[in-house]
Amino acid sequence: MATPDKHTTPGGYEPYYVPDQSKFPILASLGLSIMMIGLGNTLNDIKSQHGSTASAWVAFAGFFILGCVLFNWFATQIRENFQGLPSAQLKRSYVLGMYWFIFSEVMFFCAFFGALFYVRNFSVQWLAGVGEKGISHAQWQDFQGTWPVINNPDPKTFANPEQSMAWRGFGEALSYLPLWNTILLLSSSVTVHIAHVALKNKNRKQLTIWLGLTVLLGITFLVLQAREYTEAYKELGLTLHSGIYGSTFFLLTGFHGFHVTLGAFMLSVMWFRVLKGHFKPEDHFGFEAASWYWHFVDVVWVGLFCFVYLL
Amino acid sequence: MATGHDDHHHGPAKGLTRWLYTTNHKDIGTLYLWFSFAMFLLGGTFALVIRAELFQPGLQFVDPNLFNQMTTMHGLVMVFGAVMPAFVGLANWMVPMMIGAPDMALPRMNNWSFWILPFAFAMMSSTLFMDGGGPNFGWTFYAPLSTTFAPKSVTFFIFAVHMMGASSIMGSINIIATIQNLRAPGMTYMKMPLFVWTWLITAYLLIAVMPVLAGVVTMMLFDIHFGTSFFSAAGGGDPVLFQHVFWFFGHPEVYIMILPAFGVVSEIIPTFSRKRLFGYDSMVYATSSIAFLSFIVWAHHMFTTGMPLAGELFFMYSTMLIAVPTGVKVFNWITTMFKGSLSFETPMLFAIAFVVLFTCGGFTGLMLAIAPADFQYQDTYFVVAHFHYVLVPGAVFSIMAAAYYWLPKWTGNMYDENLGKLHFWLSFIGINILFFPQHFLGLAGMPRRVPDYALQFANFNMVSSIGAFFFGFSQLLLLFIVIKTIKGGKKATAQVWEGAEGLEWTLPSPAPYHTFSTPPPIK
Repeated sequence: MATPDKHTTPGGYEPYYVPDQSKFPILASLGLSIMMIGLGNTLNDIKSQHGSTASAWVAFAGFFILGCVLFNWFATQIRENFQGLPSAQLKRSYVLGMYWFIFSEVMFFCAFFGALFYVRNFSVQWLAGVGEKGISHAQWQDFQGTWPVINNPDPKTFANPEQSMAWRGFGEALSYLPLWNTILLLSSSVTVHIAHVALKNKNRKQLTIWLGLTVLLGITFLVLQAREYTEAYKELGLTLHSGIYGSTFFLLTGFHGFHVTLGAFMLSVMWFRVLKGHFKPEDHFGFEAASWYWHFVDVVWVGLFCFVYLL
Repeated sequence: MATGHDDHHHGPAKGLTRWLYTTNHKDIGTLYLWFSFAMFLLGGTFALVIRAELFQPGLQFVDPNLFNQMTTMHGLVMVFGAVMPAFVGLANWMVPMMIGAPDMALPRMNNWSFWILPFAFAMMSSTLFMDGGGPNFGWTFYAPLSTTFAPKSVTFFIFAVHMMGASSIMGSINIIATIQNLRAPGMTYMKMPLFVWTWLITAYLLIAVMPVLAGVVTMMLFDIHFGTSFFSAAGGGDPVLFQHVFWFFGHPEVYIMILPAFGVVSEIIPTFSRKRLFGYDSMVYATSSIAFLSFIVWAHHMFTTGMPLAGELFFMYSTMLIAVPTGVKVFNWITTMFKGSLSFETPMLFAIAFVVLFTCGGFTGLMLAIAPADFQYQDTYFVVAHFHYVLVPGAVFSIMAAAYYWLPKWTGNMYDENLGKLHFWLSFIGINILFFPQHFLGLAGMPRRVPDYALQFANFNMVSSIGAFFFGFSQLLLLFIVIKTIKGGKKATAQVWEGAEGLEWTLPSPAPYHTFSTPPPIK
């Protein structure tokens, strides 16, 4: 106890900061529910062809409330950090929290990958008369179990796509958007790492440039994915309605794209924080968490590129 | 501790905002527990509608569609609203006190985890009043019943599940971070109380499988609203795919509801046997093995869906393997009691009933695990009897045991022991009248989820329904006892129970609003 610090107890223990009452949780729950109610009504209205847009506005209002609450919540968190309230132990809690959150995200994608493997290896095979449960072939006897499924078992219910998004050979590699997206995302993982190193070396200029570049690469990825989707819908006839191939393709890549959006948003918030002079070489968990998330999104893409596009 | 941090050592805020804005693990634990009790009564009411209709053959009170909504909502409310939040509430109250932590790791997020729940359940319950009625496809919501043939309200059911999932994931992240990071120095993993251990593993299971549940309801949402064909063979999908993904969540979910119960019982039995728990290490390993096995047994819920033979065999044997670690546990509990100096206060009575009746439920589980036999039992009341034996005298009894055990620590007052024992015996007798005959009904071939049945099932159904009302109304006694204890009663000592060991018993009763602001010394 050489230097008496108000944050240290006689035993040398730095107290764990337990925040006072907070309005954020209840308001966030309120915003979330309003959003979900609005969204649910919107979907049901569309399905029953009620042409009202009121529900969509409710959803938007809920989203706005939730967004405002989360903005203030994070702002408070950052302010508390500037005041030196979180101890080293509390910071470890944040690290663990992010770690387990990413694990939960991995499991979310596992559900969709699992579905993909199941249909490819089992149900599509059985429907085509191959394997132990090939008896299912009896219902649609023209069905051929090739993957990607271009000819659906019942094309009257689920229209066939004209073409899939699968790898078209090296001849067309240059015009194959998913390949470019892979290059973009893999290099963005590198750039965010360079930014991280720059942050640790107190090189703010490098940090701003490389982090900004990462965000740009992420946005370019999303633009290319939007182009890919447009091409699928307009030129290939590949939609959410085109059977199991379209279902798995759009859900896997779509949820990945949604996560890229979130990750790019997180990184751009970090970029603005860098401009405001936030982060120290030894204290920048906000940045680190966003970059972990970005690496996670990258790894998921590698899985997608292998199992959705290439194989 | 006169070190300028007085702002952390005040008591609770006054009025309603104490509960709305709180960041205190004890307040949030209390909120979870009361919410869970409210949901227990709501889910119980749905169950009584079911049992009233089944009192006699024929259609008496409700039309079949409402009956189906009742079975669905009963299951959903009890699983997600009563049992799971009750254990989260217990974890909130007890885990920081048991490991010498000042609070939960992430106190504000802790409150968010709780407050999502009332909104989610309000949304889900409101579906009952919507056009076309609420979810009527069973709590397992198999496609295509829950997609192609579902009422419109299914959209809100899906979103409610998403919200509950978010709540569970955040709650589990909090619990796991607390246990990993906030243990007092010297509290090594192998010194942690078993309740903490079982919750550590439960939280891991929750983080692993709640996202899978979110995934499967999302696929439903897309099949319903966006024209995908995950669960439609016409587009190359497979309705059985739904069951695979659902049960990949669903089986670990079963253990999510029972592992903390194991933890509770492993705290209570040593206390009232005045002996240390027999085989602490093996309890930890058994819990971990059960958690691991829970990921590779899911398709035993699907023996009759027409799986390849290799699948039937694999899932049959892996399921039976679970009996080994579970047997280790039961053995350890009994051995703890062996030659102990036993006394039978209410928590101990519930704990012993847990060991006996949960084991009965486990044995019927083994019967169901035998694939060829399961073809006979599938979708009968035998299955209903089986999982109610593991969930009601299993999970629910352990929650009640925990409530009696820790109530003096929470309120500072002793509950009325005579009333507690009365509540136990009413529950114990009620539960057996309620569920035991259902074994016979199932073996005789009565299908589950039917509002009407053939005449030969009449007698046992009547007995079961009498037991249901008997058990259901006995629970009002629990409410009375708890309120009476909060209002007053004999003052509890810090130690409360003669044989109790652990950090929570070193704190005064009632436990102060903030405890262990500095970590306690661990022997």
